[in-house]
Amino acid sequence: MTRVLIVGAGPAGIRAAEWLVAAGLHPVVVDEGARAGGQIYRRPPMGFTRPPEKLYGSEAGKAVALHQTFDRMVAERRVDHHPRSSVVALAQGEAHVLGPERVTRIGYDRLILATGAADRVAPVPGWQGAGVYSLGAAQIALKSQGVALGRRIVLAGSGPLLTLLASQLIAAGAEVGAVLDTAPMRRQVRGGLTMALARPGVTLRGLAMRARLGRLYHAGVGLDRIEAGADGPVALHWRDAQGRGQVTPCDMVGLGWHLRAETHLADLAGVPLAWDDTFHQWLPQADAMGRAGGGVYLAGDGLRILGADGAELAGQLAASACLEDLGLPIPPSGPELRRLRRMQRFAAAMQSAFPWPAKMVQDLPDHTVLCRCEGVTAGALRTTLDLSGPDANRAKSLGRVGMGRCQGRYCQLAGAEVMAAAVGSPPQAMGRLRGQPPVRPVPVSAYLDG
Amino acid sequence: MNGRLVRLAETARAPVAFTFDGEALTGLEGDTVLTAILLSRRGLRQAEFGPEPRAGFCLMGACQDCWIWQEDGPRLRACSTSLEAGMRLLSQAPQGWPESAA
Repeated sequence: MTRVLIVGAGPAGIRAAEWLVAAGLHPVVVDEGARAGGQIYRRPPMGFTRPPEKLYGSEAGKAVALHQTFDRMVAERRVDHHPRSSVVALAQGEAHVLGPERVTRIGYDRLILATGAADRVAPVPGWQGAGVYSLGAAQIALKSQGVALGRRIVLAGSGPLLTLLASQLIAAGAEVGAVLDTAPMRRQVRGGLTMALARPGVTLRGLAMRARLGRLYHAGVGLDRIEAGADGPVALHWRDAQGRGQVTPCDMVGLGWHLRAETHLADLAGVPLAWDDTFHQWLPQADAMGRAGGGVYLAGDGLRILGADGAELAGQLAASACLEDLGLPIPPSGPELRRLRRMQRFAAAMQSAFPWPAKMVQDLPDHTVLCRCEGVTAGALRTTLDLSGPDANRAKSLGRVGMGRCQGRYCQLAGAEVMAAAVGSPPQAMGRLRGQPPVRPVPVSAYLDG
Repeated sequence: MNGRLVRLAETARAPVAFTFDGEALTGLEGDTVLTAILLSRRGLRQAEFGPEPRAGFCLMGACQDCWIWQEDGPRLRACSTSLEAGMRLLSQAPQGWPESAA
């Protein structure tokens, strides 16, 4: 039987597995989570008692359906599930899978990458200290551990998670001091109209959530710095839409500007990546079904950042493409492709309504840490530019931005922005950091036998 | 208690004892190592390249900010490791490392 390996058990990976199983295949699913569900529908450990409505709000039905679908396939032994496991390398038709103990190798004929996304973060002076987290981190902490990451929280950034997370934290009893959106209101209004045309229900739900935040929410802000004491933040310094300086006391700052696709494995699998102006990042290239060629398929936010609903559809489509290439019958994909296109219109409008703060990053003061892994500052990168020229990979070799343990996941975009501004080019002209295996840190012992 | 985190829910779980830098602490069953430590402490470790303490950043295994040590050698990623009874955790490498890890 054809061996299909699915990486990731979020909405895309689960739906892909479901469609392959329905066609009689027996896929292998490798996932970093302890329990399948992905990040947005992440499940708490066994023994936690909050009901799905509390964890996932209006999306509880979808979350439960996905969890049950996957659990049923595992129980009926229709998929091989490797939880708590990371694919760290792809070579010669084998995935190197780092489990809790060691690295094992899993051979495959076809590969479906459903690797998802993480927060796209812009540096703010002081962001390297304890007590500054990504927005996603704050949501994971609340959902899967029942904790708030601070006693007085300030959230800053832009995009749908900013408002959603603020509402979730407040509903759970956390103290939120301010919700600071760098997107100017006029851009939000313009993009919001297109969003409402594409997905009116989702747009209205977001607006209602925003309205409930009341005076906590500020649009069009500038972020100046995170003031820290000996062991963490004490205040966030910012400017309101009128340019007036503001200081909000806090002991936790959450940062995030939408999502950044997790593309390292796509890169290792030989999938071409291209700069996407709408999503302001490098994205893998595939056809509408998610077919990237060479037996590789992609689905979900690791391919196109459409959120959970889009990921479910994309998982189904990628599985269909795989089955079609194997010569197996598939149902018509027309309705799903049409729905996906509508979600793409919505997502593109949302990117335009809540843009990446390019100017803020370009103007970061020299002392700002750009690379959290190794404490490399914006000034150090600007100096490196004299030696490296405007080239992300050379600047990484010489200045170490992108060389640290996160492998550029949290500094690549900001680094490119800083370099590009210094030479008057667009950020994509700096090139893309090459993916390098292992894509997660691996203890040497995990590769040793016995 | 001077912890960074605040429990908002799921408090009726069994206690789990562990140590961090030699001090006895208690978490709850189902806590990650990161959760359990930061409910009692302000940070997980010192940054290698700066003066600031670190306490994790992404909580989804992507940023690699939360790697800490165990007394018997192996390191672990605190955000994606479940707390287990009797863990002896350290914010920095054990004394004599790497000799003692052999």
